[in-house]
Amino acid sequence: MHELSIAMNLVQIAEEAARKAGASQVTVLYLRVGVLSAIVPEALRFGFEIVTDGTMLAGARLEIEELPVRIFCEHCAAEADLPNPQIFCCPTCQRPTGHMVQGRELELTSLEVT
Amino acid sequence: MSDLPKRLIDVRQHVLSKNDHLAHGLRQRYDQAGVRVFNLLSSPGAGKTRLLEETLRRLGDRYRVAALVGDLATDNDARRLARSGAVVRQIETGGLCHLEADLVTRHLEGWDLADFDFLFIENVGNLVCPTSYDLGEHGRVVLMAVTEGEDKPLKYPGTFRWADLVLISKIDMAEAAEFDSAAARASIASVHPDATIIATSARTGAGLDEWLAWLETRGIRHEIS
Repeated sequence: MHELSIAMNLVQIAEEAARKAGASQVTVLYLRVGVLSAIVPEALRFGFEIVTDGTMLAGARLEIEELPVRIFCEHCAAEADLPNPQIFCCPTCQRPTGHMVQGRELELTSLEVT
Repeated sequence: MSDLPKRLIDVRQHVLSKNDHLAHGLRQRYDQAGVRVFNLLSSPGAGKTRLLEETLRRLGDRYRVAALVGDLATDNDARRLARSGAVVRQIETGGLCHLEADLVTRHLEGWDLADFDFLFIENVGNLVCPTSYDLGEHGRVVLMAVTEGEDKPLKYPGTFRWADLVLISKIDMAEAAEFDSAAARASIASVHPDATIIATSARTGAGLDEWLAWLETRGIRHEIS
């Protein structure tokens, strides 16, 4: 359960960005979270509510876009999304591949502010 | 809610960028000092401390070795490891479930890293949270004991996926635990097709030569993310 630490990092980054933009309140945070980021969105929401109390983010909504694992298959010379992050095989040709191009993101993309 | 106009601002920042920045600084310090650093991850009880005890003792004949040991509470592990003759320091996280670059930085204070050839960081026993935090290490080692079940890598793909080395520990207990080595290796390969795997026993010494050889050759810089 390190989502509380993550939530605290979020507050810090968002407040800094909002202040820099001259905003007074953050209303929505847009996040991109890879399925292999080791983050549980529900736990993050829970931690987020606790740590945002009394900050510019109080009452803000978390919009989390979950990203599947995407691999690059050298055989097919193409990228593909894995239906299951536990099986690193190309879903098209079934060959094993370790070349991951997406799935570990934990990024604050943008903020809606007033 | 207020009637103030809403607007969108671009951030595009990795949420753990502060940790990554500190880890980058640590990596530079390690490289300048010429010390090779390894981060050990596993669930509680997989045998990290026992393996480290044996590793420090054996490497200590030829190299200057040190260890940072992370635990939620107590300095039992540090006292145990210090018996090997290595320089050891405990990081009591006070409940934090993982080590962060900031904690490592603070616990390196007073040490001259150039005094060491190898530094081991034993992370808090936990297969989830430590994964997200780069500690500037040159190699990330994930342990799974034969008593844990062959499908552990499938349950924690995010952790095993980023292992530079997977150590199957307590291999001397394989028979008693009815451990299926082929199934375990297949699980690891499923989430990490290029994984290097070594089976070890700190008790009997099985696989330890191979493990030490891996450590000695692993000097290359390694960016985690």
